[in-house]
Amino acid sequence: MDFLNAIVALSNFVLIPAMAYGSQLALGALGVTLIYGILRFSNFAHGDTMAFGTMATILFTWWFQSMGLHLGPLPTALLALPFGILATMALVLFTDRMVYRFYRVQKAKPVILVIVSIGVMFIMNGFVRFIIGPGDQRFADGERFIISARNFKELTGLREGLAIKTTQGITVVTAVIVVIALFWFLNRTRTGKSMRAYSDNEDLALLSGINPDRVVMVTWLLVAALATIAGVLYGLDKSFKPFTYFQLLLPIFASAIVGGLGSPLGAIAGGFIIAFSEVFITYAWKKVLGYILPESLEPSSLVQLLSTDYKFAVSFVILLIVLLFRPTGLFRGKSV
Amino acid sequence: MSPAMKNTSLFALVALMIVVTGFVQSWNTAILILNMGLISAIMALGVNLQWGFAGLFNVGVMGFVALGGLATVLVSMPPTPEAWSAGGLQVIAGLLCGVAVIVITAMVLKRMKKSHLRTLLVLTILIVGFFVYRAVFDGGVAAVEAVDPASTGYLGGLGLPILFAWPMGGVLAAGAAWIIGKTALGLRSDYLAIATLGIAEIILAVMKNEDWLARGVKNVSGLPRPVPYEIDLQKDAGFVEQAASLGLDPVTASGLYIKLSYSMLFAGVLILILVMAQLALNSPWGRMMRAIRDNEVAAEAMGKDVTRRHLQIFILGSAVCGIAGAMMTTLDGQLIPTSYQPLRFTFLVWVMVIVGGSGNNFGAVLGGFLIWFFWVQVEPIGLWLMQVITSPLAEGSALKEHLIESAAHMRLLTMGLLLLLVLRFSPRGLIPER
Repeated sequence: MDFLNAIVALSNFVLIPAMAYGSQLALGALGVTLIYGILRFSNFAHGDTMAFGTMATILFTWWFQSMGLHLGPLPTALLALPFGILATMALVLFTDRMVYRFYRVQKAKPVILVIVSIGVMFIMNGFVRFIIGPGDQRFADGERFIISARNFKELTGLREGLAIKTTQGITVVTAVIVVIALFWFLNRTRTGKSMRAYSDNEDLALLSGINPDRVVMVTWLLVAALATIAGVLYGLDKSFKPFTYFQLLLPIFASAIVGGLGSPLGAIAGGFIIAFSEVFITYAWKKVLGYILPESLEPSSLVQLLSTDYKFAVSFVILLIVLLFRPTGLFRGKSV
Repeated sequence: MSPAMKNTSLFALVALMIVVTGFVQSWNTAILILNMGLISAIMALGVNLQWGFAGLFNVGVMGFVALGGLATVLVSMPPTPEAWSAGGLQVIAGLLCGVAVIVITAMVLKRMKKSHLRTLLVLTILIVGFFVYRAVFDGGVAAVEAVDPASTGYLGGLGLPILFAWPMGGVLAAGAAWIIGKTALGLRSDYLAIATLGIAEIILAVMKNEDWLARGVKNVSGLPRPVPYEIDLQKDAGFVEQAASLGLDPVTASGLYIKLSYSMLFAGVLILILVMAQLALNSPWGRMMRAIRDNEVAAEAMGKDVTRRHLQIFILGSAVCGIAGAMMTTLDGQLIPTSYQPLRFTFLVWVMVIVGGSGNNFGAVLGGFLIWFFWVQVEPIGLWLMQVITSPLAEGSALKEHLIESAAHMRLLTMGLLLLLVLRFSPRGLIPER
């Protein structure tokens, strides 16, 4: 019985939150990795693109709510999501036309593009704060739990409860659908194949008649969709605050690099590696260990390896280890 | 117009803007802008050393600046003897344990051949070492933080004059830069960017959470000053008389006197660093750096150790940022870890360097003053602009209130726009590299 309790406590506090967080990171890292593969620079504005997409979705959500539109038990934000994606697509295509294209035509060094993306980040950040303000926004509505801790306890008679939030369920399901759709697109469609060809060898792709403008446009559209979905899922699960989205940049980059920049599969793996290690290391293990260990060995302290404030340190240390021992990442991304 | 004329007039323009601020707003504001402008110029010099000379992309300026701030506390605050006797030595012992574990791990990695045994050994050392470290360290921390937490609860500093903290800030920043440089230099340029972004967040996390070090988010206030206090000046009969002869009342005069003394100190440091940077730029070493920046492969073929040179200049530039950070905390008189924001301390400095002219020290200095001036003044200008734009709207309308409230965020927009415009239309900056 104690063993079951330990498993339930572990899933409740570690496995399920890490699963949801990992899906959000993976979607974010996929966006970073796509830009890296096709456009060949690290996009520092990605966190703020996520923030913009989420903001657009929140605005549509409010509008729908005021009209009385609901999705029943599901959050209204899901209904608003496609519109948020469209708004973000418009924004990234506009920035690409106004800003990035000039440097692409010039064949500027990647580091220049990185600096340019910092300028874009500034503008997007200011824009988002300008419209929605720097404060916290919660926009999840509908049913809060798929199964609440109390129901679970009544159902099973265990001492530990297992709560699954609706948003966590939605996150994982959406992430799976999005990833399947993305891989189908990259591997099976003509456009997807031309994107991969362009990423592998630009000159060869151009020789075989692939239209670079089209590849770049499709990439931005995909990135806008991924960023908005990742941002909305994160915002539903926790809350929306422009500064938090800027800070997400670090774990997202860590995920992309750990997996191997430019490798979509790596981005997903990296997202889960970062999320699980973050939650594992900052979780206080006292409860779980209390169930497993015999009474005499029961820990007196919280058994927390690092305080939660150091969660960025976790992604950072993993990043350093990967850079030291395997700079191309686990899935052999672009070379150094 | 010759370049020298143009540069002089650019600097004169900035000076004029500050003087106009003095007349229109107040001299207090003007000198405050000047002081922070001096500090910003030093930060910009540090970043220019890395980016302009060597093409290294450091987005962790905030972390190095914050380390400088930490140095002021560690050097200048009086020590807390109760805390030292309660657990100070234990904290130090804990830290030494941590260092020992890392050193032993590094030695095992270096001495043994790659094998499963080595991996196993390293993992065991790390895991056992971590628990030993936590066991020693946590007890000490708890004891130290329990000592009068409302006013101290930390180990205190060395009680030395605060001017010693400035070089110390540079040393701390250099240490952090060494760790980052060792791992991330020699890889792709973006990796250094991401690694520095990370180290800045971690330095901030440490400063916010390690209460035994510098009281964390409880802040350290009342840092000693390198200049006299206003109150003492106002009591000084000679000073009051002199102020009266200039037609100033003693309170205003003492405030201005203090701020101007800071300006003198900061200007001294700025000139010193500027001269050194200028000498370095024109020395064989500076030429080698630029050669490496412009063509790494060719420089390597000529027998230059690119990674080592990069590490060297990365440490130097970070140290300059650390010195500036210590100076800024000295000016504030308090250390507030929550006030360090990446947009303000990292990316704004980047805007300064790019707009001023990367690769040119005078450009970086000009950018420091100019951008800092705009950063301070954009807010009132934005507010005024918003009021003008929204004046046709009805009084008390929600849109009007929202727009006026949001005017504060105009800064980020303006800075981003400025950066993009300069990069696009004048990528070499206001004072280009020669």
